[in-house]
Amino acid sequence: MALVDDHAVPAHGHAEAHHEESFLRKYVFSQDHKWIGIQYGFTALLFLLFGFTLMMMMRWALAFPGKPMPILGGWLFKAMGGVMPPEFYNQLGAMHGTIMVFLGIVPLAVGAFGNYVVPLQIGAPDMAFPKLNMTSYWLYFCGGVAMLGSFFLPGGAAQSGWTSYPPLSDIAPTGQTAWLVGMLFLIFSSLLGATNFLVTIIQLRAPGLTWMRLPFFVWAQFVTSFLLLLAFPALQAAGILQLMDRLAGTSFFLPSGLVVSGVHLPNTGGGSPLLWQHLFWFLAHPEVYVLILPAFGIVTEVITNNTRKPLWGYRSLVYAVTFLGFMSFVVWAHHMFMTGMGTVMSTFFQTTTMIISIPSVIVLTALLITLWGGSIRFNTPMLFALAFLPMFAIGGLTGLPLGLAPTDIHLHDTYYVIGHFHYVVAPGTIFAMFAGIYYWFPKLTGRRMNETLGKIHFWPSIIAINCIFMPMLWQGLAGVSRRLYDGGASYSHAREVAAHTNPFMSYAAWTLALAQIPFIINLFWSIKKGKEAGSNPWEATTLDWAATTSPPLGHGNFEQVPVVVRGPYDYSLPGASRDFTPQHQVEET
Amino acid sequence: MEIPYTTEARPDTGLFNAKLGIWLFLASEVMLFGSLFSAYILLRTGAPVWPHGRTQGLSIPLATVNTMVLIASSVTMVLSWASLRLKDFAKYRLYLGLTILAGLCFMVIKGFEYSAKFEHHHFPSTSTFFAVYFTLTGLHGLHVLGGMIINGYFWGPGAKMWKSDPERFTNRIEVAGLYWHFVDLVWIFLFPTLYLL
Repeated sequence: MALVDDHAVPAHGHAEAHHEESFLRKYVFSQDHKWIGIQYGFTALLFLLFGFTLMMMMRWALAFPGKPMPILGGWLFKAMGGVMPPEFYNQLGAMHGTIMVFLGIVPLAVGAFGNYVVPLQIGAPDMAFPKLNMTSYWLYFCGGVAMLGSFFLPGGAAQSGWTSYPPLSDIAPTGQTAWLVGMLFLIFSSLLGATNFLVTIIQLRAPGLTWMRLPFFVWAQFVTSFLLLLAFPALQAAGILQLMDRLAGTSFFLPSGLVVSGVHLPNTGGGSPLLWQHLFWFLAHPEVYVLILPAFGIVTEVITNNTRKPLWGYRSLVYAVTFLGFMSFVVWAHHMFMTGMGTVMSTFFQTTTMIISIPSVIVLTALLITLWGGSIRFNTPMLFALAFLPMFAIGGLTGLPLGLAPTDIHLHDTYYVIGHFHYVVAPGTIFAMFAGIYYWFPKLTGRRMNETLGKIHFWPSIIAINCIFMPMLWQGLAGVSRRLYDGGASYSHAREVAAHTNPFMSYAAWTLALAQIPFIINLFWSIKKGKEAGSNPWEATTLDWAATTSPPLGHGNFEQVPVVVRGPYDYSLPGASRDFTPQHQVEET
Repeated sequence: MEIPYTTEARPDTGLFNAKLGIWLFLASEVMLFGSLFSAYILLRTGAPVWPHGRTQGLSIPLATVNTMVLIASSVTMVLSWASLRLKDFAKYRLYLGLTILAGLCFMVIKGFEYSAKFEHHHFPSTSTFFAVYFTLTGLHGLHVLGGMIINGYFWGPGAKMWKSDPERFTNRIEVAGLYWHFVDLVWIFLFPTLYLL
């Protein structure tokens, strides 16, 4: 197989391995893992931007309830004089969560980074099933279209929260049906994707790349794929049952004798709203780890590379994430302490929850010790990776009181919960994603992103994002409930706290949006104008940098299948001529 | 560009890619039907009374026949793969054709059962029992249909591969067979759950 240079227009019969691919085959229905990765990445970034826009609108309603919304208000809510109606706020809330999690972060973390980097890091020519890979992307795309389209349905998009709890979701307008259909598409997509990743990692590792020589990023993706494969079917089942409730008139999730707006529902009842919660959280708790594990992987790669030291405790990290993967299947009901499921159940689930915090602590500790005594390069990817550590630590530690039933009774469904999981996912995972984008951009384009713009992106972002989420923890401790469309202004217990904090947090959110502009400029500007990078600009050891050009063009990655002879992080080996020794490089004498 | 281990097994795992892929996919299917069976258990234990399938007009004889039909189809599925291993393409076509016919037979009998329910005004919305019955058998029916389409493809246009790459084609039939056996297995669980218990 030849490394084909796509910039040159090949004459007919130019290379035996190269046959002209039509534009559609190459750029739209591509089966090349690298291009599919870029497709995933671009789509996911657009969805992240869209989900962020929804949130900025919500922040207006929270900070200035009852006031006409500038810019979009006059156009969206003409009949209301520019003031956002509560039903619309509910749509924003449900769709912000859904889009950020299922259409933004997971496709970016797994679909984009996984697709682009995993085959390169394991020395494979492509994913094991290229056609399936293409299908996954297009199913994801269809799911996204269904979700976006639902805004235009009568009654608007889904508005029962991203968790879609029945009975509310069973009786919600048509948008909920579109949400379910969209979710089923996304589930099919990630099931196919997860199968593909697992087979690729198990079957297509280069010769010599044993399990304990895999880069930690690949391990993280491996465990993530198992979670997707085995947890998502529960939501698939739940989605099918809710679709039956909504379309065929069954009562899987509807209790007997339900009265809505004074009208007795015609359904027979006999169902269980709690059944949905069990099925939903059986997916959604492993899903939390689907959000965080690829971030662990990226941060590990970036930190090890920029400390120029071997990763501390590689094996413990591998065991930790594997254990974490198993445990994530038995913690789901800590989301349900308030449902009255009983003290025995609560005790069990709070115990497992305390246990599952251990592997995360191991990961953080290992990364901190890795920093110790390193001569650290503070480039943009490293800044984002370093910021991940304290941000994820705050997110993780604030989760402990939620995992204990007695404290959860006070904190449940308050802004504390929102603050907690946003610390994990926003300055945690999303910052890790940024680190990954800055880090692998030279691999994609052959050019580096601009460092100055990168720093202008980083510093305001980290300050602004903390100004949003830190006050949420306070609000929650003071008892401000989530999902109030006026932010608590009409509730006596919340009014004062809300008035003091909400405008400040909203300004921080809009500042955060402005802070993304340098990133967007940098992303497009650097494709053509960035500093040329060469094939291994970070002087990294893993195969993605070692044996391919940057960018690796054409279908097929390696000129010769690399033979791996060492572990993934041989930085600063004593006696070596350089401070990094690539995985396929034989011992220097 | 060629992907390794599409046909021959990787020495250290002993599997070719598609075989590992289908096992992983079936693992997710186990979780799907497992979730639905758990839902059934939760609803049934939570209900004050739960009717026996017989009292609801479910036909045990028809379902027994259907069970036999599916088990037989699993046997013919294996025989079709074995025929390919013995390089007997004509026998392969015969056995795979029988497998598809058995699937069709299952679906027709299921269709009779469904229409009998509808005649008695038993719909998914009638009771939680029928909600479970129609959802589970319906989803299983979709899986049977999917298997028939896949097998139909390998019986017809997909069989061209036998000429160009017989080993890979044999692998494909093995993989399709694994899926088909799983679909049968689901029914083996559904039959007692819905009709006998």
